Amino acid sequence: MNTLSASWHWLTDPAHWSGDDGIRSRLLQHLVLTVVCLAVSCVIALPVALVLGHLGKGGALAVNISNVGRAVPTFAVLVLLLLTPVGKWGEGPTVVALVLFAVPPLLTNAYVGMREVDRSIVRAARGMGMTGRQMLLRVELPLALPLVMTGVRIAAVQLVATATIAALAGGGGLGRIITAGFNLASTPQVVAGAILVAGFALIVEAVFEIAERLAPHWPRGSR
Amino acid sequence: MTAPPHDCLARNDWICGAYLSTRRQILLDAVVQHLRLTALSVLIGLAIALPLAVLARRWGWAAGPVLALTTILYTIPSLAMFSLLLPLYGLSATLVVAGLVLYSLTLLVRNILAGLRAVPEETRQAARGLGYGPIRLLLTVELPLALPAAMAGLRIATVSAVSLVTVGAIVGFGGLGNLIYAGMNTYFKAQVLTASALCVLIAVAADLLLLGVQRLITPWTRAGRARAPARRRRSRTGLRGARAGRA
Repeated sequence: MNTLSASWHWLTDPAHWSGDDGIRSRLLQHLVLTVVCLAVSCVIALPVALVLGHLGKGGALAVNISNVGRAVPTFAVLVLLLLTPVGKWGEGPTVVALVLFAVPPLLTNAYVGMREVDRSIVRAARGMGMTGRQMLLRVELPLALPLVMTGVRIAAVQLVATATIAALAGGGGLGRIITAGFNLASTPQVVAGAILVAGFALIVEAVFEIAERLAPHWPRGSR
Repeated sequence: MTAPPHDCLARNDWICGAYLSTRRQILLDAVVQHLRLTALSVLIGLAIALPLAVLARRWGWAAGPVLALTTILYTIPSLAMFSLLLPLYGLSATLVVAGLVLYSLTLLVRNILAGLRAVPEETRQAARGLGYGPIRLLLTVELPLALPAAMAGLRIATVSAVSLVTVGAIVGFGGLGNLIYAGMNTYFKAQVLTASALCVLIAVAADLLLLGVQRLITPWTRAGRARAPARRRRSRTGLRGARAGRA
């Protein structure tokens, strides 16, 4: 309990919230990193997955990319990128590594979601004379939306987690508070940082959960 | 390597034969530590997950809280998890194992529970009709039928554990992660690349090994009706799999 109260003191000390390496700026860095990388990954992964799912091709690719992604340690990729020329552009390695790790769940879930749309509905849409594009946008995508959103949610939570590891390799974000705490041998600071990161991850998960509850029910109702 | 002795180390090349031959012992020690941490955490995770899943199956009301708790644990980033457990275990290998056990729980409980729930009701009734008691039913009918799903979870948990062990470098018990961390600070390219490649190799080897074990202990899944279960399994691992690739 001693450590916990010490961490609480650390967290509530206003001096730790301000400044360039204060909690406020680290939170902001973490948020910006997560949002930017999520946006980039969605732009890269979703169109590819939706078109592949629509055409029904590349399923093995979509699933295997996800399996490979799991086997490659984030930390190793970060350090490898850091030692390549990419490492010279500030947050470059972090952004590239984060995007690499967010793409597989997006790709897999969007693809699986598109494939799990009831084939008879798709055939009915075709029978009504819809073009491929109309079928993709008006029929398959709305029905696949719950799974696509699950992928986005997984990617977002994963980004929060990976952004933490980036601090080990010199990147910014909340993980920095933890690594700095380790270097100072200050357990209260380490635990305080961990509480912040865990809270951040849980809030992101909760935001998606709430958005899912509030979203229109028709896509789920029809499944 | 055709380069003169020590040259590729001096040039700091990515791929360096001299590194492999001079640091063989260090690499071997790191691999052994990596394997021990992974195996220990997955086995402990399995030992905790199995009773949890069985209890959640037996009493429906327990399933919600068990799944919610393990999911919340899974959401916490690994670096934060290790730090949160720090006051409990200090800077030790136990800390890394404890963190990894908590992660493998989510994957294992979910998959074992899914496997148990997928056992057809007629099968259970048939077994009861043959005079099977609840324990015999669990051990000889339900658990074997849940094996394919459980093994899928075990494979994901193992592969994730292999890659998460590297983060243990922050407390000095990260197996190959230690070499990556040290290599990062000294800008030692050969060490970082070799250790990273070994990590991936271990993950792939462990996955293949478990796949082999799965085939050996569930011969019935390959007999005759391989089509439908294969399709089901793929879509399931697709979703679960995506859930798992994390840091």
